[in-house]
Formats: sequence, structure tokens, C-alpha cells
Amino acid sequence: MSTAAVDLFEVSKSYNDRVVVDALSFTVSPGECFGLLGPNGAGKSTLARLILGVASPDAGKICVLGEPVPARARLARRGIGVVPQFDNLDLQLTVRENLLVFGRYFAMSAAEVKAVTPALLEFARLENKADARVAELSGGMKRRLTLARALINDPQLLVLDEPTTGLDPHGRHLIWERLRSLLARGKTILLTTHFMEEAERLCDRLCVLEHGRKIAEGRPHALIEQQIGCQVIEIYGGNPHELLPLVRPQVQRAEVSGETLFCYVTDPEQVRVRLAKRTDLRLLQRPPNLEDVFLRLTGREMKD
Amino acid sequence: MWQRFAPALPANPWNWIAVWRRNFLVWRKVALASILGNLAEPMSSLFGLGFGLGMIIGGIEGTSYISFLAAGMVATSAMVSATFETIYAAYARMQTNCTWEAVLCTPLTLGDIVLGEVAWAASKALLAGTAITIVAVALGYAEWSSIPYALPAIALTGVTFASLAMVVSALAPSHDYFIFYQSLILTPMMYLSGTIFPMSQLPGSFQRIAALLPLTHSVDLIRPAMLGRPVDSVGLHVAVLCIYGAFPFLVSAALLRRRLMR
Repeated sequence: MSTAAVDLFEVSKSYNDRVVVDALSFTVSPGECFGLLGPNGAGKSTLARLILGVASPDAGKICVLGEPVPARARLARRGIGVVPQFDNLDLQLTVRENLLVFGRYFAMSAAEVKAVTPALLEFARLENKADARVAELSGGMKRRLTLARALINDPQLLVLDEPTTGLDPHGRHLIWERLRSLLARGKTILLTTHFMEEAERLCDRLCVLEHGRKIAEGRPHALIEQQIGCQVIEIYGGNPHELLPLVRPQVQRAEVSGETLFCYVTDPEQVRVRLAKRTDLRLLQRPPNLEDVFLRLTGREMKD
Repeated sequence: MWQRFAPALPANPWNWIAVWRRNFLVWRKVALASILGNLAEPMSSLFGLGFGLGMIIGGIEGTSYISFLAAGMVATSAMVSATFETIYAAYARMQTNCTWEAVLCTPLTLGDIVLGEVAWAASKALLAGTAITIVAVALGYAEWSSIPYALPAIALTGVTFASLAMVVSALAPSHDYFIFYQSLILTPMMYLSGTIFPMSQLPGSFQRIAALLPLTHSVDLIRPAMLGRPVDSVGLHVAVLCIYGAFPFLVSAALLRRRLMR
């Protein structure tokens, strides 16, 4: 038996001969926030389904909260809260009724659900919406209710599948702040995302995925330092393939992605001097981030 | 083998109740409209055919035509209620609203969900069938004493047709396909099963087919009960309905596992 919250060993899954998860191994320790980062189609949602035991792997071993999955997934799910990629709340029911209905799935009595409801509503900042129908809530409120619903069983592990996709920046920041408070309470979080900022802000460790394979794993800042380790200048406004030979001697490395030229440089000033006469160009200098790591490892951007 | 199919079976004898109660809570908000909507059609058939044809036909099998028809309408409305709840409402919860997907992330199994949905559809069938029985009794077309005998038969009819419809839901790529089940299976079954006219009017080969249909056995249980007559071969009718309920339940659970838990 494993003491890890989630333990995957050489897990593979294919759909109709298309490999979605390819011999993937990783371990999530109790109390950490572990991110699965990758573009759409990298296998993130399939991994979430495998971990919940809703889908079965073709090969490999999965252990969640000490239970083998999918064999004893039902028992593992007693200690898991799930925020799915797309809201699946009961729109006809009120906020309070949604919590009641979900509590019953965890064999909670009406009195037990009633006892935890105020704290969950406060957590989700929905105190004033307890008796509103879910159909009347904004997107951000629905997301927060989904998060509150995932906490009804006081889970040890939260599986969040793209929790902030489709939210405005304000809604996103509110969810991030709520998730940090859960980490402070000792919850383990497994988060799938294609937002670099989300992964950088929240995750203690992350696994970068492409086509179901792990292409990097580690702490966000360590990964950035290892893979990039210098400043980045993004150049727009010209043909990046023509600009590349121009700046080549001044940069350590350069990548073209779409209409942007990414230059990885220790001395950004040299590039600026070199392109000083090109007033048609726009230069953006910034510290390196996970997007650069992904671009470096795959040769393409993660943005869709 | 067992491990593969365990998620498709109910985990315990009570988990399904949470699914049933969720549906009940949603239904309660629209209960009045739902009851009226579900009763309007069988009631208009009962009175339209019962009075209209009744005047031409007169008596049938030793009773008035409308009394004969009442039992047929009770069985038919139980069949239709259970079927529609499963192929439209439960299908929407599975496919469109992703309600099942949310439940699959809890300790409930797919089998718990399917059992809860079948029990819920059977409850709606029981409600519809009972309402018509009560109207028939109140108007003197059936015996008051028949109600305790008719109710279990109506409930069993509901379970049977909910299970059968669950197989259709499990196989249908979209709700456009349900019309085939209605027009190719349910409507012919209604005419073959002695709901509107006695089966003895059918040619012999059709009678033999009719004897295999679940609705026939449902009518054979409900009609004598409502007319206050002894019911023949109770064990046979109950067994046939149970087989038509249990086997499709297992088939639908296996099909849904393939569909939803890939």
C-alpha cells in the first residue's frame, strides 16, 4: 500500500488505436498541489477519469488514497472531491438543494448536510444565494458552487479538471485564492490546466504533458530555471523567419511560433540595439515562464 | 471478469435511493403540470374510445366496454410513463445535462444510477396508473377492492418497461432514434396485448406472439383485478414481467458501462 495520495505507474490508455495516455508515471504526495499541464488533447481529462476509476487503463497501475483503482475506485471516491471541466450542477434546483442532493450520494443525512452547508456557502461566497436557482447564477458563481459541492464530503483529495476555464480574470483570481486556502487546510490537489499562470501560481510540482507523454516534471520555478534560465524577448510585427538571422548572433536560442519570434537572451539590450532601426516591430521583454518551457520542449506554443 | 462489470452493478441495496430522491426533488417543483400532462392522453383515450366505441360495441367479456378499456389504459399508461421518463428524461440526464457524470464521481456506481432511474421511472408509472385506476373506480368502472391488487401489478409494469427503455437509451446515439422504439415496438404491442380489444380477436399466430409480450401479462394481471375477478396464472405473469425487467436491466447496465466508462 502506498502512502501517496495518487500513484500512477506506467499507465497507458488508448481510444480506437489513438494513444491518449502513454506509459505515464507520477506520484502526488499528501498536502501538495500537483499540476498536469498541457494543451487540449494532451490527455489531461482522460487522466482525471482514470484516477477517479470512471475509465479503466489498458496497462499500468493506479493507486488513489491507498486504494487500487479502478478495482476499489468506489472506496477511493469517498475521499475525493471533483470539479469537472464543464459544470454539471442541477440547474432546476437551488444552491442549497444542490448541496443536499450531492451529500446524499455520500450517504450523508439531511441533518449532516445542513450542518456543513453554511460553512460551504461562506467558502464559496454564496451566502446570499442559498435559495437561488442555479440557473440564475453567473458563471463564476456556478464554478464556486461546483467547488463547494466537491467539498461536501470533506475530501482529502481534490481533482480539479480545468477549474477556471471560461472564467473572467476576477472569477479566476477568486477561485485561485479559494484553492490556496484549501491547500493551507492540508488538502491535496490534483489540477489539470492549460493556463501557465494558474500552474505557476498554484502548483508545488507539475508534470508537463504532450500527446499523453510526460515531457517534464518538477517544481515550476526549477523547470523554468533548468530549461530557460534567461530573459525572453518576444518580437512581433515582422516576418519572424526574416528576423531570425538578424538577431541570431545576439541570442542564446530562438523559436518561431506563429507570427512571434521568441528570443532567449542573457543580455536583452544587445537585441534592442540590433533592432533599434526597425520601428515596425514591437518588442516585449519579460522573465521566462512555463509557456517558454513548453515551447522549448515541443517546439510549439501551448495556446490553442 | 467480475471486476470489469462490478461498476455496472449496484454497489449495495440502498445507494439507488439517493438518485431516486434527486429526481423526486426536481419533479416536485413541477408536479402538478407533470401529473396533468401525463394523465391527459390516457384519460382522453379512455373517455373518447370508451364512450364512443362503447356505444357501438356494448358489452364485452361480460362487462361494459369502458370497464374493459380502463384496465388496458392503466397498463398502457404505466408502460408509456415508464418508457418516456427513461428515454427522454433519464437520457437527458445522462447525455445532455451530464447529471450522471457528476454522480459517477461519488461513491455511487453506474449500477446504482441505473437502478435509481429505473425505480424513479417505475414510480412515475405507478403514479399515472394509479391515478387512472382511481378515476375508473370513482366513476364505477372498477371495484374499490381492486386497488390493492392493481397497484403492485402497475409498479411491476413500470419496472419492466423502464428496464426495456434503458436498453434503448443505452444504444441510442441521439434522442431522434427514440421514435423508432415508440412506433415500431410500443404501438404495435399496445394493439397486440389486449388493451383496446380482446386478444381473442387476433389471428392465431398473432395471439402466440402476443403471449410473449410483457404488456399482455401486465393486462392479464390488472384487468381481472380491476373487474374484481380472480386472476389466473398470477405466478406466470409475474415471472414473465420480472424476466423482462431483470434481463434488460443487466444488459442496459453493461451497455452503459461501455458507453460512459470507456
